[in-house]
Amino acid sequence: MLILSSLLLFILTTHSEALTPAAARDEFQEELVIRPLHSGDIYASFQFRTLWDTDFLQEGQKVSHYRLFPKSLGQVLSKFSVRELHISFTQGFWRTMQWGQPFIPSPPGAELWVWFHDTVSDVDGNWKELTNVLSGIFCASLNFIDLTNTVQPSASFKPLGLGNATDHRFLRYATLPREIVCTENLTPWKKLLPCGSKAGLAVLMKSEKLFHSSFHSQAVHIRPICQDEQCSSKAWELRQTLNVVFDLHTSGQGKKEWSLFKMFSRTLTEACPLASSSKVYVDITDNPELFELSPATPLLGQAVVLGDRRTYSVYDLSRAETFGQLRSFNLLLRDMLRPLLHAERYVAGFGLQTGEIHTVIYNNHPYRAFPVLLMDSVPWYLQLYIHTLTVTSKSRDNKPSYIHYQPAKDRHRPHLLEMLIQLPPHSMTEVTVQFERALLKWTEYTPDPNHGFYVGSSVVSALVPSMVAMRTNFTQDQPLFSSFVPVKEESSYFVRVYTEPLLVNLPTPDFSMPYNVICLTCTVVAVGYGSFYNLLTRTFQVDEPSPPLSKRLANLIRRMRGVPLLT
Amino acid sequence: MAAPLTLLLIVAVTIRAVLFRSSLAELISARVEVVSPLNAWKRVVEGLALLDLGVSPYSGDVFHETPLMIYLFHFTVDYAEIVFIIADGITALALYLSIQTYNKDVFRKQKYALESDRYSADCLELLRSPKEMFYIPLKVAMFYLLNPFTILSCVAKSTCGLNNAIIALFIFCTLKGSALLSGILLALATYQSIYPLTLFAPALLFFLQRLYIPVNLRRSSFWFFTLQYAFMYVGSLVVITGLSFFLLGSWDFIPSVYGFIFSVPDLTPNIGLFWYFFAEMFEHFRLFFSCVFQINVFFYTIPLSIKLKEHPVFLIFMQIAIISIFKSYPTVGDVALYMAFLPAWSHLYRFLRNIFLVSCVLLACSALFPVLWHLWIYAGSANSNFYYAITLLFNFGQILLVADYFYAYLRREHHLTHGLYLKKKDGTEATLVLK
Repeated sequence: MLILSSLLLFILTTHSEALTPAAARDEFQEELVIRPLHSGDIYASFQFRTLWDTDFLQEGQKVSHYRLFPKSLGQVLSKFSVRELHISFTQGFWRTMQWGQPFIPSPPGAELWVWFHDTVSDVDGNWKELTNVLSGIFCASLNFIDLTNTVQPSASFKPLGLGNATDHRFLRYATLPREIVCTENLTPWKKLLPCGSKAGLAVLMKSEKLFHSSFHSQAVHIRPICQDEQCSSKAWELRQTLNVVFDLHTSGQGKKEWSLFKMFSRTLTEACPLASSSKVYVDITDNPELFELSPATPLLGQAVVLGDRRTYSVYDLSRAETFGQLRSFNLLLRDMLRPLLHAERYVAGFGLQTGEIHTVIYNNHPYRAFPVLLMDSVPWYLQLYIHTLTVTSKSRDNKPSYIHYQPAKDRHRPHLLEMLIQLPPHSMTEVTVQFERALLKWTEYTPDPNHGFYVGSSVVSALVPSMVAMRTNFTQDQPLFSSFVPVKEESSYFVRVYTEPLLVNLPTPDFSMPYNVICLTCTVVAVGYGSFYNLLTRTFQVDEPSPPLSKRLANLIRRMRGVPLLT
Repeated sequence: MAAPLTLLLIVAVTIRAVLFRSSLAELISARVEVVSPLNAWKRVVEGLALLDLGVSPYSGDVFHETPLMIYLFHFTVDYAEIVFIIADGITALALYLSIQTYNKDVFRKQKYALESDRYSADCLELLRSPKEMFYIPLKVAMFYLLNPFTILSCVAKSTCGLNNAIIALFIFCTLKGSALLSGILLALATYQSIYPLTLFAPALLFFLQRLYIPVNLRRSSFWFFTLQYAFMYVGSLVVITGLSFFLLGSWDFIPSVYGFIFSVPDLTPNIGLFWYFFAEMFEHFRLFFSCVFQINVFFYTIPLSIKLKEHPVFLIFMQIAIISIFKSYPTVGDVALYMAFLPAWSHLYRFLRNIFLVSCVLLACSALFPVLWHLWIYAGSANSNFYYAITLLFNFGQILLVADYFYAYLRREHHLTHGLYLKKKDGTEATLVLK
């Protein structure tokens, strides 16, 4: 009895593999590569790879348990006996001269090329059905692909994955250059990802930003590959790629300052839990001192891509410390050209009555604070209110140690404001002062009064700490450009920064009205004068109506005759 | 009458306190109809800030208050809201007590006139009874405290409220018969803004009437009292001006305050007639028209004094109204002061000719001022002519109002002496005209 049961157990365990099919291993990796381009644009390339140890093409075995691999694509592969599938949707044209080479090239419009298995008898029929099915999956009008625009290239598109068949009868290639890519195509593409657009790198793919770019391309590449060097086992690889180039002026507002938030209006909060690796690479080969990366990362990687050895800063999203305290990862690339001292000025407020002058002074020195002298000369027709003067550094009040203020006298002299402000290191200091706009006499306006009135630049003068010790002695053979400002100290140099001039609109009277105004105002004054004059010089009398003309004439004649008058 | 007055004061203080605490206070302080370059609170704060910086407030062209204001607000700048509420309360109380005294005076004079048979037989309807005059002081106080113009002026912390308080106290002291206090307060009012100088004549006439001195230029008693009063007035003025000199140690304030009032260099729009006129003026006429406009305020004094020498209180009302309309930087606070007197002449209602038109014009203009200002300055869809037109209309309405009350007053006096129901020679009903 015991022997029987143990034998049964032995048989069961040895044949367990035959009773239950082997669980296929699948693996998902996601990656984002960011490459700043020479023109100031930025190139972001997403790649999502799913590897699956299964065989779609094996006869008799129907794959039914899908995990990371999307079921719709798996069914397409088995039904149409597809060996390799490459489909891409692109908006825009890749400008090689300006941007270099892309990681995954693609033509504008839609492109589809497929290698069928050599067991297929009717390739054209399969091709037709395949295009229709893919058209449904990707919500694109791929059904326009038919025999009139399909070719069978003999040499160009060799298989990228495994496969020794070189019979180009099993290859089909078609493009639809007219195809437009939009959100409708992005959404089903995102659905094919294991985490969808809910976690991992795919959360960055929001259409309002992605389609507001110079170049946008999404693609799906499916091919069988070898798992190892000896090719003992094969696996299916699905790569979903998305390449996008953001324009400096359209998305970047002209500033060479890029961040994940600026590009995608999202930040990363977590890696995809189903991914075995989730990484962000930033290409820092081109002059690593040109831009600074934050948050900083110690990981560096090198890779040879497109014939060039390039260095990358690597961010591993599977590690929790990448996300920092705020659980949010926002990569920042900033142009490193940061002068130590610079200033900006602008007018805030609305309407023609009041306004505010804001002067912003930046101290970009990492650890040294130094004082600056700010001089403002504001014309008399903008009446400054010095009690509204505020100086804030790092959102705290920063009282200037010396203020010299000479208020303006109307039509005699302008305002003069001089302040000595201590700038904390690596900070932005904002000086604000409110003003009121005056109405001027009509002759004091320029011929184009609605252009506005100019306010001269503010002057920021400072002794900025120098990185390099300077010689204070006078030498004859110094070049002219370095000998303008006399050097008094070794460790600091004198710098004068001018801000922008301001253009301020003043309320204008109507210039066609002098005569009318004099007439109308004097009329109102005269009405007052007239009423008072009447009331002061006249008295009330009973109104006796004058007798009619006939009676008056009769009275006249009677008077001449000396006869009593009529009443 | 103490209880209703207290209730009125409480209501008024509550309204002002509520508005001070709301976000409207900021908005109202910036409105050009309520504040002018002469009396804006922002400029007072600016002047005090300049003083703290070590710069004389009069070295620039922002601050145009007198040195005594600097003194006052140097200590009370943190309690400014309370100061202005108290000022309004003082004004209302002073007006209340003045009108009470005036009513007693009116009733007494009416009694004498009836006894000496100076009134004609059929004008009994025009006589005033204590019953109808009982609530007039309360109405005057109410007209001042609850007038939206006054409330706006108080919430904006315009120093016009303080000027009104001084003028109201001056009226109170005059009507109570104290010549010295009246002189001192009139000097203070003149020191603040020059125009109350014209109130010297009605105050003088009132005292002469009260002391039974006939207004006759040939009589020595007239000149004796006039010189006494003038001496008290001018003396106080000199003392106050001297004190101001010692505050800052210079005479800078005279061109800054009085020179500013007379030469009108700042053309900020307001509800008066000066700003647009001088903005569009031809340069070579500027001096001429400045003189004309300034003389216009002062020169009604003598003719009005001659016509109204028996009625000095009405003359005070007329003078204050003329100052408010024709001064160089009027605000609604000035308008509120003479409007407070209107209940005292409520018995003239039957003789007013244009009251409906005038009230409609004033209401419409008050509503249109902020609208057209917004359209000009913020929306950019109107231009300065729109605002100027409403200014013209507002001043026209005010002139009509004052002229109407003057007409009604004179007509009532005529009817009192000549009878109410006048007949023509042929016995039919007569119409009165000014000839």
